[in-house]
Amino acid sequence: MTTDKDQYKVHAEPYYQAQGKEVQLYEAAYRNRLPVMVKGPTGCGKSRFVEYMAWKLNKPLITVACNEDMTASDLVGRYLLEANGTRWLDGPLTVAARIGAICYLDEIVEARQDTTVVIHPLTDHRRTLPLDKKGELINAHPDFQLVISYNPGYQSLMKDLKQSTKQRFTAFDFDYPDAALEATILAKETGLDEAIASKLVKIGQTARNLKGHGLDEGISTRLLVYAATLIKDGVDPLDACRMALVRPITDDADIRETLDHAIDATFS
Amino acid sequence: MMETEYQHPLMTAYWAQIDTHFKPVEAVFEDVMAEALAILTRDGINAYLEAARVIGKLGRGVEPMLAFLEEWPSAANALGEDALPEIMVVIHRMQKSPNSKAITPFLQTLAPVARRLHSQERMRDYFDITLDFMVRTTGSIHGHHTTFPSPGLPHFFAQAPFLLSQLSLMGLKNWVEYGIRNYSGHPERQTDYFTVQSADSRAVLQRERHGTLFMDVERKLDLYLRGLWQASEQLVPYSTAFDELRRPVPYFDKLGMRIPDVYDDAVDGEIHISGLDRYRATLAHMVGHRRWTTPLIADNWSPFQRMAVEFFEDSRVETLLCREYPGLKRIFLALHPRPLENACDPETTSCLRHRMAMLSRALLDPEHGYRDADLLTYVERFHALMAEGESNTPDIATLALSYVTKTRRQSDQYAKVHFDDTVVDYRDDNRQMWLFIEESDDEEMFEKEKKRTPSEEHTGLPPRHYPEWDYKSLTYRPDWVSVYEGLHPKGNPTDIDRLLEKHSALAKRLKRILDLLKPQDKVRIRYQEEGSELDLDVAIRSLIDFKGGANPDPRINMSHRTDGRDIAVMLLLDLSESLNEKAVGSEQTILELSQEAVTLLAWAVEQLGDAFAIAGFHSNTRHDVRYLHIKGYGERWGDDAKARLAAMQAAYSTRMGAAMRHAAHYLAARPADKKLMLVLTDGQPSDIDTHDEHLLIEDARRAVQELDRDGIFTYCISLDPKADDYVSNIFGRQYTVIDNIQRLPEKLPELFLALTK
Ligand SMILES: Nc1ncnc2c1ncn2[C@@H]1O[C@H](COP(=O)(O)OP(=O)(O)OP(=O)(O)O)[C@@H](O)[C@H]1O
Ligand SMILES: [Mg+2]
Repeated sequence: MTTDKDQYKVHAEPYYQAQGKEVQLYEAAYRNRLPVMVKGPTGCGKSRFVEYMAWKLNKPLITVACNEDMTASDLVGRYLLEANGTRWLDGPLTVAARIGAICYLDEIVEARQDTTVVIHPLTDHRRTLPLDKKGELINAHPDFQLVISYNPGYQSLMKDLKQSTKQRFTAFDFDYPDAALEATILAKETGLDEAIASKLVKIGQTARNLKGHGLDEGISTRLLVYAATLIKDGVDPLDACRMALVRPITDDADIRETLDHAIDATFS
Repeated sequence: MMETEYQHPLMTAYWAQIDTHFKPVEAVFEDVMAEALAILTRDGINAYLEAARVIGKLGRGVEPMLAFLEEWPSAANALGEDALPEIMVVIHRMQKSPNSKAITPFLQTLAPVARRLHSQERMRDYFDITLDFMVRTTGSIHGHHTTFPSPGLPHFFAQAPFLLSQLSLMGLKNWVEYGIRNYSGHPERQTDYFTVQSADSRAVLQRERHGTLFMDVERKLDLYLRGLWQASEQLVPYSTAFDELRRPVPYFDKLGMRIPDVYDDAVDGEIHISGLDRYRATLAHMVGHRRWTTPLIADNWSPFQRMAVEFFEDSRVETLLCREYPGLKRIFLALHPRPLENACDPETTSCLRHRMAMLSRALLDPEHGYRDADLLTYVERFHALMAEGESNTPDIATLALSYVTKTRRQSDQYAKVHFDDTVVDYRDDNRQMWLFIEESDDEEMFEKEKKRTPSEEHTGLPPRHYPEWDYKSLTYRPDWVSVYEGLHPKGNPTDIDRLLEKHSALAKRLKRILDLLKPQDKVRIRYQEEGSELDLDVAIRSLIDFKGGANPDPRINMSHRTDGRDIAVMLLLDLSESLNEKAVGSEQTILELSQEAVTLLAWAVEQLGDAFAIAGFHSNTRHDVRYLHIKGYGERWGDDAKARLAAMQAAYSTRMGAAMRHAAHYLAARPADKKLMLVLTDGQPSDIDTHDEHLLIEDARRAVQELDRDGIFTYCISLDPKADDYVSNIFGRQYTVIDNIQRLPEKLPELFLALTK
């Protein structure tokens, strides 16, 4: 059975603005095939970073968005019934291990813990994946690497990774970029004028200052990109900000009013 | 008459001090003293008892004394206990007039009125209104010579809490004024008016109820400062109604920012500025000074020079503020007066103020339209200076001085000063801008070190020793801290049941969420490839797919598991001295609010059946950290645990790391899947033997890491508004700061539920 590696390649260079030494450090981790965990608040560029690294290393990338209903079989593979018997179908993790892809398990905490443990043998020196039902033991391809993302900001006991899982990864701590960098990202990503982009960033920071005072999370880079996109499309900045930045994150009337005021005070 | 006997010798002494035989007082004495002792200082207690004694001897029966004993502690909590003498003066004046009947209603509403007034300054203004009212409505009915008491006054006192929730002090003053003017000669109508019964009473109330009251927007202003300016300031309101001559002006100092208690909307042509935006402009201006103004030494400057420097510096600061938020400009422009160019006659009047206000307008408003050549030159020079960057106070002062020199006129010295359109009312009084070296007052605060008295020495179990992290050497100091544990003393468990009753509405709301979270014995898990039973629905769908030639879903089984909620919780309470302080804006202490919150939390956890323990801690040097069990894992949430919670007391300091390590050794021993430690605290870790404040912060941070390693999820609920500076350092992202402590009782259980959902 052969799988076309090429379909998993990232062909065009994704735009990624480095915040520090993460690109070089990732390359070092990859050279040594160390598993990587990317931590950080929602929408701060974790997925984008991994995509960029896959492109830079010229390796296939298989991304799995994890969710609560996911079972081990969804990762590893399962038998399918067919007219003349059954057929085994590899799951994404198995495919990645076979073809030597970077396997990116996005939002790993969403998966149930009994699902998470199937990655353990792939993350230590064994680099193997047992397919119990099929009676096969896969030795991971030399190019294979496991990457997980994880948002510690969930702040829930129930959604925390087990220590035994955490301790198998090297980790990057991402956060929202500093103001200048974030404005550059918005401008490059959407083509919006840099001066307006800076204003959006300013509003983002207003919300981030209120974190812990009625807001669980600030405004993410992703939402700022949304607002920038809308403005670029001709939407009035005040409307774009309310729609993309304020309404999604809070129903607290006092906070809304404060953020709305920040928007008015910033644009005009 | 039998002598009253109290268990505690002190209580007997207190009772002797108030020197009374009133039975109803006796019945509540221990209760009111308990509250008073929690709030007042030792001197405050003496003053309290003495005042009660005096009030008891007024000859007005038991009522005034009873009201005073009940109301004063919480009023003192809102105003400060040193407000008492002024209250006694008011009582005295009523007693000496025919109005002694009004003393009781005055005292009965003292606490809610004090809470609404919020500051002693405003209290004085309130007393001015009431005394004026009293004088003008006493004894003047139809030329009778005998004096009559004011018919309206007692009713007015009864209504005061309501009135103050609707009106600023200015509004209150006007409302009272209307009543006095129209009804001072008609006892019945006066009564109707001051009980807010009559139609015109309501209409005037409605008319005076305008503007944005500080108390109603306090949180928004707090969010504004934090969100837009990253500033957290104590805000203190004052009233503008009284000082007609020298209207109070906003200002700030070490203790916080002072702002008016009400702002009306402002209208400038087409533009309408809300009261809230006026508050924001005032706060922004002060934030600007805090950020960019460095004080100058004032002694060598004339008042004119200082005024000019202040105008220039105010404009500089606002220019910088508008660079941050351009939208502020619209607000500033609408609020800034527009002095007319020829409004001031320099032949007869001192025009310096007028010139400065015009300049100030022109610096802000490119469309000022003034034509004075000097003015235009200096506007240009100002902008040139600002174009280079932020400039600074000394440079702008130099520019200001040269302007004063350039435009000086003989008439600047005249006594008649042109004031119209020269007051920029969102600007503070600039007291922070000047240093007067003559009268330097460096008051130093000496910390009072407290030592435990020998009689309190611990008895019982030997201590456990814990290491402490020394961040400077990056090593642990082994066996550095001694932790003594014991059972918390007991109080009355029904107190706790009463607290639960008090919050029954909240409990009802929580119950709905709890029911959703409650473990159902068996949970069905569908879509399983392997399982204990066939899931018929899915199997049939799969078969149809299969027959139809499509790929069937192989996950046709289901299985059951008993609910996964297997959590052990430890609630660790900081019981340090500072909990005895009253919560901002509340008559209750932080300790009392914590107690209510813990009561609700314990009740909620009990409903869910999670393993749950509660302990408190405080410390008095590293040799003496106390760890007090309030509820153990093996114990039910019953009378014993409630009794301990009821007796909860606060003292000493906060050596958090050691307490967390000790609590963790209990939590770690639990078999549960998930382990949660909630730390409820009102301040940063500290102890009197540790002068490097980072040391205990770093140690606590280290302790959190140790706990994380052991599979314990730590979460901090901080009641310290200044916590942002250090709490994330210790707890990473795992914390919440509760700004409005009064809402703690609902927040704590909600937080717990969110964390374990
Ligand atoms: N450093 C960056 N360079 C380029 N784009 C970025 C960067 N950081 C964030 N972005 C923008 O933000 C968007 C969101 O980022 P991304 O999807 O990677 O977030 P994430 O951290 O994976 O979020 P989540 O945890 O919600 O999955 C991207 O689509 C991109 O537009
Ligand atoms: Mg992502």
